[in-house]
Amino acid sequence: MDTNAVSNDTKQYIMVKFDNEQYGIDITYIDNIVRLQSITRVPHTQEYFLGIINLRGEIMPVMSMRRKFDLPDKENTNASRILIVKYEGNAKIGMLVDEVKEVVTLSEADVEKISGDTVDSNRAYLAGVGKYNDTLISLLNIGAIINDIDSEF
Amino acid sequence: MDLSQYLEIFIDETKEHLQTLNDQVLILEAEPENIDTVNEIFRAAHSLKGMAGTMGFKRMQRLTHDMENVFSEVRNGKLNVNADMVDIVFKCLDAIEGYLANIVESSDEGTEDNEELIGLLNAALEGKCDTGEPEVVAETPKETAPAGSEERKKYLQIPIADFEKNAMNEAKANGMHVYATTVYIQESCLLKAARAFLVFKGLEGKGEIIKSVPSVQDIEDERFDFDFSMFILSEKPIEEIKKIIENVSEIEEAVIEEFEIPDEVQDTTPVATEEVKTEVKAVAEKKEEKKPAASGSKSSKPVVNRSVRVDIEKLDDLMNLVSELIIAKNGLVSVTGESKSLDQGFNEQIEYLERVTTNLHESVMKVRMVPIESVVNRFPRMIRDLSKKLNKDMELIMTGEDTELDRTVIDEIGDPLMHMLRNAADHGLESTIDRLKIGKPKVGTIRLDAYQDGNNVTIEVSDDGAGVDVEKIKRKAIEKGTITEEQAEYMTEKEAVDLLFAPAFSTAEKISDVSGRGVGLDVVKNKIEGLGGDVEVVTKLGEGTKFIVRLPLTLAIIQALMINISDEMYALPLNSVVTIEEITPDDIKYVQTKEVINLRGTVIPLVRLNEVLDIEPLERDEDDDEGMIVVIVKKGDRQAGLVIDKLIGQQEIVIKPLGKYIRVPKLISGATILGNGEVALIIDSNTLV
Repeated sequence: MDTNAVSNDTKQYIMVKFDNEQYGIDITYIDNIVRLQSITRVPHTQEYFLGIINLRGEIMPVMSMRRKFDLPDKENTNASRILIVKYEGNAKIGMLVDEVKEVVTLSEADVEKISGDTVDSNRAYLAGVGKYNDTLISLLNIGAIINDIDSEF
Repeated sequence: MDLSQYLEIFIDETKEHLQTLNDQVLILEAEPENIDTVNEIFRAAHSLKGMAGTMGFKRMQRLTHDMENVFSEVRNGKLNVNADMVDIVFKCLDAIEGYLANIVESSDEGTEDNEELIGLLNAALEGKCDTGEPEVVAETPKETAPAGSEERKKYLQIPIADFEKNAMNEAKANGMHVYATTVYIQESCLLKAARAFLVFKGLEGKGEIIKSVPSVQDIEDERFDFDFSMFILSEKPIEEIKKIIENVSEIEEAVIEEFEIPDEVQDTTPVATEEVKTEVKAVAEKKEEKKPAASGSKSSKPVVNRSVRVDIEKLDDLMNLVSELIIAKNGLVSVTGESKSLDQGFNEQIEYLERVTTNLHESVMKVRMVPIESVVNRFPRMIRDLSKKLNKDMELIMTGEDTELDRTVIDEIGDPLMHMLRNAADHGLESTIDRLKIGKPKVGTIRLDAYQDGNNVTIEVSDDGAGVDVEKIKRKAIEKGTITEEQAEYMTEKEAVDLLFAPAFSTAEKISDVSGRGVGLDVVKNKIEGLGGDVEVVTKLGEGTKFIVRLPLTLAIIQALMINISDEMYALPLNSVVTIEEITPDDIKYVQTKEVINLRGTVIPLVRLNEVLDIEPLERDEDDDEGMIVVIVKKGDRQAGLVIDKLIGQQEIVIKPLGKYIRVPKLISGATILGNGEVALIIDSNTLV
């Protein structure tokens, strides 16, 4: 472990993009990243769910991160990816994003925590803001998103 | 010694023995004189005691030991079976079940001593004096008189039949010895049966064993304590025989002596023949009753059959692999379907593969099938207890216990059935006084009938009680705000009865601790629907109520009709499809603004699937009166016509759950992976009929 660049006070994040913003997701929650494939629509479900896909024989629900953040839909491109997220003991879920950029390592000093009691629901899904080079990355609070979906299930 | 590896077997076998005990004690309650039943109970209690002792569950062992003592006395005719005793025994069985539950939870029996029960059992034992049969007094000193080693000569207590005596006399005349022996095995021995077998094996060729108590079969099945007795005919001297036996390891002692053949009929023999006589009389008296009891005890005796216990998880793995195989096969089929140029040989092989996978699937399914008996066999006991508790006379008649269902369904169906039976006993049946008043038979009847019906299994729970008062339900529903008065006005009887399944709905006037808390029927309905089945009530005021539960035979793989609605593909389970019809728009009629078609004299409501599934309809020309495809589906005796755009064909599909998070409407029962890797949703047509 000593030779590893990742020490205790740094964390690795997958940097993804949807709409015009960049988001970071704790890499420990990422099970897999797959290319866009045909999604089967499920009628009368939560509006942010695009449907289900076949992930190597397993049926996986896929949600649109744009819709979850109340952003307008956008045509899918060659860069679109589905992140398969597994949050702690919970079941896996697919999250469609516009683009997956890179893996970034942030130390605790680079991360600014977001204080609670915010009215903006989208901000409730954020764990903090990370500074990486000259850009800002909104770090997603995957736990909050999963719990939120769970409560609507 | 580490016994944890035996724990699972112990738990399984304890469950089996408890079930046997419950069944047999129920029989005993009805026929206190049935000696077969007493023997069966004694054996089961005895095995339980032995197993508990081996596993080191001292409290459980003590309780079963005392219970065994009671039955030992009953078996010897020194104690009569009465209602109090049966009650105590049932309480003991519950207590043992309690121990078992603790053991399953924590591998420990817990700390409950059940002193009270043991006291009751001992009191029951003491109670034998009250029956005060002179025989008992006469026999007791006989048993206690011979001190020390005499006590260990258990063979002295074995009655000798005439033909056995003849054989002994004959052997003696031919210069052979007749030995009687009681072999004691060390109490620490784990493989008693194996040791006993070695004893038999060792004696082979040295002499002939003409009788053993318990029987050889029972010994092989380990149904004996730590000793067994034999009569041996042999030419060898007594020391040699003793040595052979005691040379087997873990044998504590062989008490052996030259047996004196009783000249005249011993006093034990007349008792035995007398017993036989009374038994014969009993048979003559109640031929019909006797028969089922006899066959019952036979079936509960573990017949040696060739079977293995398999962990259900392994079967699940196997099932998953079969599912994967079917998906792969479907993939192959769809690939060959696209390129038509492939040669015939290839297609033949594909067809062959298809047959094999279908057969494989069927075989695996069969392995997973369990008779519902394993669920329903606890109900007679439950009804008996309810009958006492509610002070109503009732009997439970069950048919079709051998109907088989998938293991996963079996595990889930117990609670709903129990709920319905409790409901029938508590709310369904009138009180005994009321029944007599209206001229019904005093004893209420509850039936549980199971049978296979095509690809479904139907279980009916019915009672001959008061039936459901539709008006009362409506009033109650209005009171609770479930429906408005206006709605009640227009409700059909069926709709009103279905209100029973509404959440938190209970019409019981008084809340009892049996049922009537208003949690129940809605839970039942949810559970059954969760299993892909449905439940229906048929009731007639004053005559009774019947709950009809329909369950799919299998859960994992089904035959389905693949259809297109617009450009989306869906699967319809084939078992609910009746026919496929082609109609023209002119065929559509309107009844109360709803679309229906008249199909050969039956009016069938139409369901436009694109509407319920929220799909943009295909563009059609206004004046296009091309035919429409309608799939007629059924649920029970009702039908509906589903309007679809295109038929694709029949296919074997693997049902997969949609997973968590995503909310699925009721009419989607799952999803399946198609040959090309895409996913299609499965429509539960039951929700549309």
